[in-house]
Amino acid sequence: MNSLRKKIDRIKPHFEEGGRFSKLRSVFEGLETFLFVPDKVTVRGSHIRDSIDLKRTMTVVIIALIPAFLFGAYNVGLQHYRSIGIEGSVVQLFWFGFLKILPLVIVSYGVGLGIEFIAAQIRGHEINEGFLVSGLLIPLVMPIDVPLWMVAVSTAFAVIIGKEVFGGTGMNIFNPALMARAFLFFSYPGWMTGDKVWVEGLTKGQNVIDGFSGATPLGMLAIGETGNMPSFMEMFLGTIPGSIGETSTVAILIGALILIVTGIGSWKIIVSVFGGGLAMGLLLNAVAVNSYMELPAYYHFVMGGFAFGAVFMATDPVSGTQTETGKWIYGFLIGVLSVLLRVLNPAYPEGVMLAILMMNMFAPLIDHFVIQANINRRLKRLKVATNNIKK
Amino acid sequence: MSNTEKEPLFSPKNIKLLTAPLGRNNPITVQVLGICSALAVTVKLKPALVMALSVTIVTAVSNLVIALMRRSIPERIRIIVQLVVIATMVILVDQFLKAFAFDVSKQLSVFVGLIITNCIIMGRLEAFAMANKPWPSFLDGLGNGAGYGIILVIVAFFRELFGSGTFMGYPVMQKLGIYSVGYENNGMMILPPMALIVVGLIIWFQRSRDHALIEKK
Repeated sequence: MNSLRKKIDRIKPHFEEGGRFSKLRSVFEGLETFLFVPDKVTVRGSHIRDSIDLKRTMTVVIIALIPAFLFGAYNVGLQHYRSIGIEGSVVQLFWFGFLKILPLVIVSYGVGLGIEFIAAQIRGHEINEGFLVSGLLIPLVMPIDVPLWMVAVSTAFAVIIGKEVFGGTGMNIFNPALMARAFLFFSYPGWMTGDKVWVEGLTKGQNVIDGFSGATPLGMLAIGETGNMPSFMEMFLGTIPGSIGETSTVAILIGALILIVTGIGSWKIIVSVFGGGLAMGLLLNAVAVNSYMELPAYYHFVMGGFAFGAVFMATDPVSGTQTETGKWIYGFLIGVLSVLLRVLNPAYPEGVMLAILMMNMFAPLIDHFVIQANINRRLKRLKVATNNIKK
Repeated sequence: MSNTEKEPLFSPKNIKLLTAPLGRNNPITVQVLGICSALAVTVKLKPALVMALSVTIVTAVSNLVIALMRRSIPERIRIIVQLVVIATMVILVDQFLKAFAFDVSKQLSVFVGLIITNCIIMGRLEAFAMANKPWPSFLDGLGNGAGYGIILVIVAFFRELFGSGTFMGYPVMQKLGIYSVGYENNGMMILPPMALIVVGLIIWFQRSRDHALIEKK
């Protein structure tokens, strides 16, 4: 490690003001701090000092995503082998899926980081680590069969229009990964809906065995064909067609545990999203007029991207609410809207993405009212106190 | 007055009336007026061109008429008078389109009629024609109509090219043969929100070129 440090120190002057490569300074700094903890600390004022920084936060989220990623790779293989009716060992399935996901991950990181690097050079900013998580989230919320150039276009759109326009990492209104998915959903709906795209090979016209359906549970429910529905346990484990990382509730819950224990993700948001979904589900059960509305409320937790959205998307500290009370309101409304969109709007089989994007928009408003309510409460207290003194 | 020389028709001042709305004083990208129709009629290039032309004619002629009448319009009912003039012009344009360009008129549907409510026209009448001579007013109307039109055409060009893969109905993308290598039209380009994003990108581009447009903090 020491020799590496020395090497970096030797080439460092070239990148500083007036050096040969001073234009590439932010690239250099980005790579340097990636390898070594930066030695810059705040010097003035009283600060609570902690070794946690943006890079470490992002790393924890990446670690939390690993279970979902690994299971996603396994499931891609599983669905593919199932569709052609061949048995395969776990390693075989995993390896097949891993090789299929890898190009998506590479494209997402390549395009996203490329744009971030260029933007940082133009603006003279430091390179932010913000894209490290988005870059992994984007492939995980895509169907496996989506063409790579579409992933590239959606990623570029999400990073430029969703993030850089607002001022880069930390300034975005919407979650970048969801922006990418929403862009794909509205731009190329054929690749985001239906019963073909969720299983590798179906869109290329590959033969499937009789009785195999590539439809997701939500897709089946939306058109009212519930004969082929997988069991609750299957959906909980995640051996169903769906976006790459979203199918397994178990893997996502492991990730949620990591986020909550390390304090990176807000447990309040996660719990309240599930609470909101349950409340809306129960309400729909109570007034049910069709079989979808009669579906037990807890089924919504294991179908589609509900759990994934609640754990990894809604808890995004930038686009979510900041106040503690606000987090409860924000999460609850995401849950309510997700189930509402799913059940009552046949045009959108999956409502989680739109629900989170919509609540992203309202997060600053919720925060504003929470803060105002606090100010008013304290003003009232002050008034009572001053009145008492006067007496 | 008598000894001052008569101002030439295309004096630098008058030329500026014509060109300023195309750039630094654009009604859409700088004043942010007339956005609704910019979203509604820019899916295809042809209706956008017709719309741009219609608005230019209505703005220019209404400006001219109001400038001619500006001394005799009672202050308190001026908005009503302005509206009557605009509405007359819009009906003329609408009837003309129905007679000679029925297809486009169908595509534009209510948006021709809604030119009456276009903020740009009312704005120009109030801000310029009520206080200026007929000739400068006419030029101002032409300039603002063209400034509106040019943005409409740019937005429509991109939306038609990427949304439908055509240019004025000619299948460009198909002729290029990129569908066979997996290219697909972007469905979001056809939806109104994308028009807003494209207008936003134009504003971004314009401001990055012309720093005088950026507000001081």
